[in-house]
Parts: sequence; C-alpha cells; structure tokens
Amino acid sequence: MFDSLEEICKVEENSGIPFWKLVQLDDCRERDITEEESFETMKKMYMAMKESALNYDGKIKSNSGLVGGEAALLREYLDNGNPLIGPFMGRVMELALRVAEGNACMKRIVAAPTAGSCGVVPAVFLATQEARDFSDEKMTEALFVAAGVGSVIAARASLSGAEGGCQAEIGAASAMAAAGLTYLLGGKGRQSANAAALALKNLLGLACDPVAGLVEVPCVKRNVCGALNAASSAELTMAGISSVIPADEVFDAMSAIGKGMSSKIRESGLGGVAATPTGKKIREGL
Amino acid sequence: MNLFDIVGPVMVGPSSSHTAGAVKIGNVCNKMMGEPIKSAYIYLHGSFAATGKGHGTDRALIAGLLGMAVDDTEIPNAFSIALSKGMRFTIETIDLGDVHPNSVKIMMIGQSGRELEVVASSIGGGRIEICKLDGNEANFSGENPTLIVRNMDQPGCITEVTSLLGEKGINIATMNLHRKKRGGEAIMVIECDQEVPEEIMEALERLDGIFGVAYFSLR
Repeated sequence: MFDSLEEICKVEENSGIPFWKLVQLDDCRERDITEEESFETMKKMYMAMKESALNYDGKIKSNSGLVGGEAALLREYLDNGNPLIGPFMGRVMELALRVAEGNACMKRIVAAPTAGSCGVVPAVFLATQEARDFSDEKMTEALFVAAGVGSVIAARASLSGAEGGCQAEIGAASAMAAAGLTYLLGGKGRQSANAAALALKNLLGLACDPVAGLVEVPCVKRNVCGALNAASSAELTMAGISSVIPADEVFDAMSAIGKGMSSKIRESGLGGVAATPTGKKIREGL
Repeated sequence: MNLFDIVGPVMVGPSSSHTAGAVKIGNVCNKMMGEPIKSAYIYLHGSFAATGKGHGTDRALIAGLLGMAVDDTEIPNAFSIALSKGMRFTIETIDLGDVHPNSVKIMMIGQSGRELEVVASSIGGGRIEICKLDGNEANFSGENPTLIVRNMDQPGCITEVTSLLGEKGINIATMNLHRKKRGGEAIMVIECDQEVPEEIMEALERLDGIFGVAYFSLR
C-alpha cells in the first residue's frame, strides 16, 4: 500500500492516471484480484453505507440508553424550526447522527475507518450525491480516494483510538471524507490531499475519552463535527486555499501527538469527559 | 491490512473490538467444535467484563457460537435465537490474569458430548487471537487454516511434520513452538496457506512422538 499522498499525487501528475484509479490498481496488486472485483467490493461498501443511513429508527435507544433519537430531533428542527444552517449542511449533520446512532444501537454499519467514526464518510457522501445527483459509480470512485487517504494515514500514523486517540478515528475519517468530497467537486489528487491536510489539522490532538468505555458519548456527536469539518475543508480547497503544511507531514504530526498522549485519553475511558463527575456517575450507574 | 480494512468491514455495531471481534471469536469456536453447541459457559475478562454489556459483547459471542457473520443484523437477538435452537449458555465475569484486556474464556459442550475450552482475545480493529485451546498455548489468528500439534520435545519431530506438509504442497504461513519443559510435551501451531486434508492429519497422528492433532479449518 502507498505510504505517501505526495507519491500518489506525483504518479497521477506524471501518468495521467487518476488518484482513485491508482488506489484501485494498488488494491488489485495487493490482493491479486481484477479491477472489476476491486470496484465491485468498493461499490458494495458504498451501498452498505447508504443502507446504514437510510435504515434509521429514531425510536430506539442504545443498550445503555445514552444515545438514540437525536437525528430525528434534528430533522424536526430543520423542517419546522428556524435553522441558520442551509439544507446541505443540515442534511450532513442529520446523516452523521443517523449512522453513528445506528452503530450505538447495534445496527449494521461500515467501519470507515472505524465503527466509532462510521458516520462521517457516509454523511458527506450521501448528502453530496443527493445534492448533485452523482451516479453510484462516481461515488465509488470517490470512496477509493477516501480509502487511499485512510491507508496512507494507517501507514504513517494509526487508525485506532487506543493507539492514537480520537484524532486517529474522527480525525482520519474527516480527512478521508474531505478528500473524497474534493474529488466529487472536480478536484485532482493534489487538491484531495490538501483537503485531507486541512481537515486533519483541525482535529489534531483530539482525545478518545468514551464515557463508561462505550462508543456513545462523545463519539456519536463527534461524527457531526468530523463531517462538517470535512465539508468545509473541501470547500476551502475548491476556493483555492492551501494548507501550509502538506498532508503527509500532518499525518506524521498526528502520529507524534498520538505517541505522546496519556493512555487516559486513548480509549481507556479514564480521562477526558469520561473522568468528569457526570461521566463517572454514568459509569457507576450502568 | 488491506484497503477494505480501511473502508470496511461491514459489521453490526457498536465496536470493532468488543462486537465484531467477539463475533469472530465465537465463529472460530463454532468451527473448532464442528458440531452444534449444546452448552456454552462464557467468562468475560477485563474490558470485556467491564463494558461488554454496553457493547453487546455477550450477544456477539453467542451469535458467533451460532455461526452468524459479523454483519448479521440478527446479532442483537442472539440470546433468543440460541434458546430456540436449544443452546444453553451462562455468562459470568472472571479474572484471567495477565492477558489482553479484551479476553474471554469459553467452555463448550457439543451435541455429541465433545468438550472444548478456548481462551481468546480481541486485539483491535476486529482482529482476534486464539490464545489457548484446552489449556494449551495456541496463539493463532483464525485467518488461516491452522494445525495444532502436541508432540514430544525431541529432535526431528518438527522436520517430520513440516516435510509431510511440504510433500502435499501445503505452504506454512507462520509457525509457533511452545514447550513446558525440555524433553516434555511441546506444541506446534502451524498457520497454513492451504487447507490440510484429512489424510495428512491421520498420517500426522501416526508419527512417532505425536500425542495429538487439532485442526481449525476455514471451511
């Protein structure tokens, strides 16, 4: 697998083969499969993401009772309240909640890159497909872009909250979604990399501090943050705004920060909001 | 790690380690038994014990023992499905000592009366490790067909086993050796790239210095 976005961008610029295709060809080599097989597998992932967002039940609660019904509340407000945000960003927020809540309620999701951050990529992708009417094939290509960014982050840093904190989960998901969205908006690989850099920089250092150790608080609502951050990073990029620090270096910074993090804020449930009086009370009550 | 570990797997939430990993542990146990499980006694350790209920680890393990896949939407209903299929189970907590925090011990009795005891850990991202089988060191991932050979710790034993596999065109992916004391009983854990045919297992069991052979098949 690739370990540098700079490298993929250079190959794209020199060969004319698009970023997403380079990621796909690499998958074909790694797993000794055809291009068609690789594409179909990625398309299945996208279809499963869609299903995870559309099969939503606002009436159920998670096992602990801490999570459930938030996406329905938001939709009610968007339709009948007086929201400031526009319909696109509203839909992104709603979809992120739908998928992340579903995960907490033992519904079927696609880990992207993890189960805790499973709402970010589908929220950005689905809202964009609805707004711009892209084909599922085009969306699948964008998912290859997102996956390519994720694998470079995995190679240079980590995609596990236990190792790198939440920056490695919501942060990585946000970078992946930003890169995929940039591709959908017409960006080249270099612009996707720029969007990934912008997105991840905003979330560097984020603690993984789940209350009572469960993938619920603050995880579900952080998916909204990751998705909105991805959308704004892609739009900044398309406006021509550059990240001063290149993506690969941001990933290396994330790795260094993760290594320096106390284990209390790496998924142990012992630090951050998990260690607040309310967080502790919830843990004791379960 | 491949591209579909980054986008994927498709799984029932909420946690790759505490839910999907637990289903996989159950799956390996189910395959090792090779027959419907009549009773299962489950002991959750560490983080599995502390947060297992909230993560559905208990139901995920039962789902895995029933042979469900990690993306089966019936996982939350595993308890009632087990009861309807005549599988009885208990779930308790335990301190297994110095093991991975996400660990479980499972004792199973199959319909034929066959018994098996497994200690396994969910080591992150849905990957698992089978640590012990019937109290013996095992340490395999369940991603490859795996042979577990109990043998006498004496020169030549390993050569005999590996050459038998080699002759049949079976490539060894990883191999681990454990022994309790010099010259006593030892264990070889051999993860293979191909499935090991029944006849090889029989030939292995007939070899001098081999006490027993267990096999985990992906089929």
